[in-house]
Amino acid sequence: MHLFFQELLNGLVVGSIYALVALGLALIYGTMGVPNFAHGHLYMLGAYVAFAGVTIAHIGYWPSMLAAIVVLALVGVLLERLVFRPLRNAPEVNTIIAAVGVLFFLQQFAQLLFGGDYRVFPTPYDKVVHFGGLVATQQQLIVIVAAAVLMIILFWFLKRTLTGATIEAVAQNRAGAALVGIDTDRVSMMVFAISAGLAAAAATLIASINLISPSMGFSVILKAFAIIVLGGMGSVPGAILGAFILAFAESFGGTYISTSYQDAIAFAVLVIILTVRPTGLFAKGT
Amino acid sequence: MSTTRSAAEATNGAPLLDVRDVTKRFGGLVAVDSVSFSVDAGHIKAIIGPNGAGKSTLFNLISGFYPLTSGSMSFDGEEIAGLPMHAIARRGVARTFQTTSLFSHLTVLDNAMMGYRMHTKSALFDVLLRTPRTRREERESRERAFEALRFAGIEPFADRVAGSIPQEAQKRLAIAVAVASDPRLVLLDEPVAGVTSEETDAHAELIRTMARRGHTICLVEHKMNLVMGLADSIVVLHHGRKIAEGTPAQVSADPAVIEAYLGAASHA
Amino acid sequence: MRRAFWIAAALVAVGVPLLHPNSYVLDVIAKAYITAIAVYGLNVILGYTGLLNLGHAAFFAIGAYGVALLEKNAGWPFWPALLAGCLGSVVLGFFVGIISLRTRGNYFAIFTAAIGVMISIVLTNADKITGGNVGIVAIPPPPNIGPVSFADDIPKYYLVLAILVFAVAVCALVRNSLVGRTFVAIADNEDLARATGVDVPRTKLVAFMLSTFLAGLAGGVYAAYVGFLGPDQSGLDVTFQQLLFLVVGGIGTISGPLLGTLLLEGVSQWLQGVQQYRFIIFGPLLVVLVIFFPHGIAGGLARLQRRIAPRGPTPSARTANAPEAAAS
Repeated sequence: MHLFFQELLNGLVVGSIYALVALGLALIYGTMGVPNFAHGHLYMLGAYVAFAGVTIAHIGYWPSMLAAIVVLALVGVLLERLVFRPLRNAPEVNTIIAAVGVLFFLQQFAQLLFGGDYRVFPTPYDKVVHFGGLVATQQQLIVIVAAAVLMIILFWFLKRTLTGATIEAVAQNRAGAALVGIDTDRVSMMVFAISAGLAAAAATLIASINLISPSMGFSVILKAFAIIVLGGMGSVPGAILGAFILAFAESFGGTYISTSYQDAIAFAVLVIILTVRPTGLFAKGT
Repeated sequence: MSTTRSAAEATNGAPLLDVRDVTKRFGGLVAVDSVSFSVDAGHIKAIIGPNGAGKSTLFNLISGFYPLTSGSMSFDGEEIAGLPMHAIARRGVARTFQTTSLFSHLTVLDNAMMGYRMHTKSALFDVLLRTPRTRREERESRERAFEALRFAGIEPFADRVAGSIPQEAQKRLAIAVAVASDPRLVLLDEPVAGVTSEETDAHAELIRTMARRGHTICLVEHKMNLVMGLADSIVVLHHGRKIAEGTPAQVSADPAVIEAYLGAASHA
Repeated sequence: MRRAFWIAAALVAVGVPLLHPNSYVLDVIAKAYITAIAVYGLNVILGYTGLLNLGHAAFFAIGAYGVALLEKNAGWPFWPALLAGCLGSVVLGFFVGIISLRTRGNYFAIFTAAIGVMISIVLTNADKITGGNVGIVAIPPPPNIGPVSFADDIPKYYLVLAILVFAVAVCALVRNSLVGRTFVAIADNEDLARATGVDVPRTKLVAFMLSTFLAGLAGGVYAAYVGFLGPDQSGLDVTFQQLLFLVVGGIGTISGPLLGTLLLEGVSQWLQGVQQYRFIIFGPLLVVLVIFFPHGIAGGLARLQRRIAPRGPTPSARTANAPEAAAS
């Protein structure tokens, strides 16, 4: 029973991170139909910006996270403007190829600045907390709480503000939204900024639990795709649900079945879903 | 195409295409509602109706592009409902699409050769080993393709990329691709949409020539004057239902048809 | 023009070991040839049929591990092992294709990426068979033919060149045939292809299997050429790199895969000290190409040639050549 609760906690921590990453991917897919294969590398870059804030600029943990969010939001805007907007009417495959170019660049850029080795991300919250017989680090609790806060803010923004409503409108019908006078280009830039910012927050939160490296984006991106396929591609609640389902499957699967194939669970889920439903779960328009 | 079939030889009197109680629902919307009609070999049949009458949907059902919700269709005496689109095509049903649909990055000649592809059997291994069969079929395809291009009057464009030739020539190419397969039945979806009136006359003549060569024609059309001068008989659809069928003269005198068209016009 | 290009290319390729018998240079070129074979495979599925298989490197790895394991553990000679490795790759391609080709567009790319990573994970974790992260070492080279030993640089180079020529010939034969035209037609307009009687799922599957055959072939040759093998050869980043070579050279062209691979591998060598950072240049290059020059070098040259000499040969002489193939 003890092990069970420990895995439950791990699942919650990992699920929170997955949710933040997958949300960004789902938002972009939902509004633009772009599968952003560079999203994992934005997450990686976010971790390094925060890392620089903590270890080089010494501005402290939270300001570093804020800096990472802001920098990545700007990077997101640049990407939309310079890479994805010119490809809006190009074949889908070209968009994926461009994203591959971006991720190659980001990975070696990070490698050039910080080296290719794994780095430890220092955290001020490394104390251990006991609840009865259960053990958690402060950082784990921070991940869960901070991710929940970010998701609540995002929901409030999407559902309760006018700007958020324009995003929802574009997600539902891009052409229709343009017809009623919504500036879809502005919405696209905003969505990229939010998406990259969320990835940066997620990366900073988990960085001190895992290690960071320039290739950390690869392991994340396909899991995030598995999650949004599970959650219905462009759906925001679906992405969150999918993230926690995958995280629990991984943490319990890793404990009770096999640790070496833990990472394969996401891909097995993806393959099974697309085998049974080639257009994805809850696909739009079917 | 070299063979010109006579209507009688093709069918022994039974219709070439027989559509029975065909229905198509999209969710709650009934796009085609229990429509029945038949097309006799060698004839030109037109399907007309106001916008949203279900004409294109009906074509998409006959060609197998959409599955039927219910009903049956037989072609040359054999049931074709439920067959995949390529299987229906291989039985001799060619079609064009409403918005001109070509292999726009291929050459005009390659487009026409694709039309004949269903009559060739070359598979990967034939191609890799350059078997006599594949050489023969390659030659045959080219000949048939040129024939189809000549027929459609666009042979001079043979070497051009299909997407780069004039709009009207693209419409002719779509017909050439259909004709290259030597089909028994050709479904033409609004063949003269977006074409000037002089060009419309030339297209009408092309369609008549197709019929004379033994291709049975079924066309969906908006332009009444084209249909009246061309079709042997007409089916009128309105809100997915057949409201009239008969010769051009009968149909144009039918009060239900006039009502449907006037009604549509006054709403527009 | 086309013929002149290929004759010149053949002369250079054959002449390099005679004029400049430097084993380092030969090794770099031969490895680039092997990569080019895999890129030809990617070109069949992406360039002809328009489907982006992001698991391509995994099929390369299946061919490579097939050869390595059959040679080392079962004592098979190279040639039967190579045949079996290719076959393994094609059989896997058949099953993956049947499932993945039912998906469309973005889903296909995501699906095949997942398959590729799963194969990578299996290769890493099945360490009793594959040697895990250490991989397999001391894979024997192909057996001698008469006095010629493929442990030597020059014969090895010519062997790889011969297999490359075979791969290019396969692609050229297919591209300019009834079958290749059908592949391209599906990429161009799938609905019209169905309307002209093409069995689209079946045709895509044939293209996919041909593509995995070439990937497996490249992998099998790689294993015997390099002599050691690890799971890193199956990764998503390897596919991405092959994709880069293909886009630079020209998607859908006959010469593009070779041109792109040689050019970028050459530039990488030239960058020497900063080689590990080459993607700082290549990454943005890929973006710029796909936005402004999506047809790559070979496709761009073909377009240029058409602009200069728009009349070209007569239709009957040009026959089945597609626009892209014309100048390449």
